Amino acid sequence: MTRAPSATVRDALSVSLTVGFYGVAFGAASVAAGFSVLQSCLFSLLTFTGASQFAAVGVVASGGAGLSAIAAAAMLGTRNALYGIQMAPLLKVKGLKRAAAAQITIDESTGVALAQASRGTEAMRFGFWLTGTGVFIFWNVFTFLGAYGAKSLGNPASWGLDAAVPAAFLGLVWPRLETTFLRIVAASAMVFALLVTPWLPAGLPIIASALVAVTFGWRER
Amino acid sequence: MSATMLWVVLIATSAFCFAIKLVGHSVPDRWLANARLQRINALIPIALLSALVIAEGLVTKTHVVIDHRLAGLAVALAALFAKAPFPVVVVAAAVTSALVYHLH
Repeated sequence: MTRAPSATVRDALSVSLTVGFYGVAFGAASVAAGFSVLQSCLFSLLTFTGASQFAAVGVVASGGAGLSAIAAAAMLGTRNALYGIQMAPLLKVKGLKRAAAAQITIDESTGVALAQASRGTEAMRFGFWLTGTGVFIFWNVFTFLGAYGAKSLGNPASWGLDAAVPAAFLGLVWPRLETTFLRIVAASAMVFALLVTPWLPAGLPIIASALVAVTFGWRER
Repeated sequence: MSATMLWVVLIATSAFCFAIKLVGHSVPDRWLANARLQRINALIPIALLSALVIAEGLVTKTHVVIDHRLAGLAVALAALFAKAPFPVVVVAAAVTSALVYHLH
């Protein structure tokens, strides 16, 4: 590997560090949902895709069934497959290295890699690996801190943790709402979730909201 | 949820999420090239994360409930409009919610 452009290193590290705080929020949310500190850490090591992790513990926290939690996490994870399709021809790796690349294929590693396009394929490849590894390290360290911290705090409501979780979801969706159309999709999903809540078992409204995505995505705009 | 079920959720979620990532690295790109599939897939995170805001902020079991969490959520929304960074948004929501919780 040739020497990496310092701009790529800067991009990768700033993204990795920023993601750290989300790890604290996840660790806290996971413990508040009833998972142990060990389980919370295993989530971040093994699942390692933030939105899916938040969704799984979110459904559990809302009293939903295990299957709903797993389904919500898997649905949020599907975009990683599309990232993999974009990254595979760039990385050209096989075997264990491919498994490692797959595990760190997330929003941030793909985003930084694509942002390096003007600096050449070597920079893109380096951006992917450095960001993926960096996020992996910080995400896991901060998950532990968040989980351990929340464990020592006790009653989640007393410290506002039960409001921090929906606020975290709002903070996760906010940067994605770049156009009026996307804001309408988000608002529709919220109204839909409110309307179906009294009629469906806990956790299911979250999965059912995928219907909103299907409805709005069905036709080309 | 039972202790066993928590482990099932953890292991199954991890297995599915890894399998999905690996599929992306392994299949020919034309398999997922369908335009409709891509459009829907791009909207899934927005729909699910939005529904999660409701499920976590306004719902207890299967009832819509207005309580201290909504105060926190309102402050989070205001912070996002003011372009506050993520940590500020989450902490502001937690502090507000905790204050309302204790005042009641």
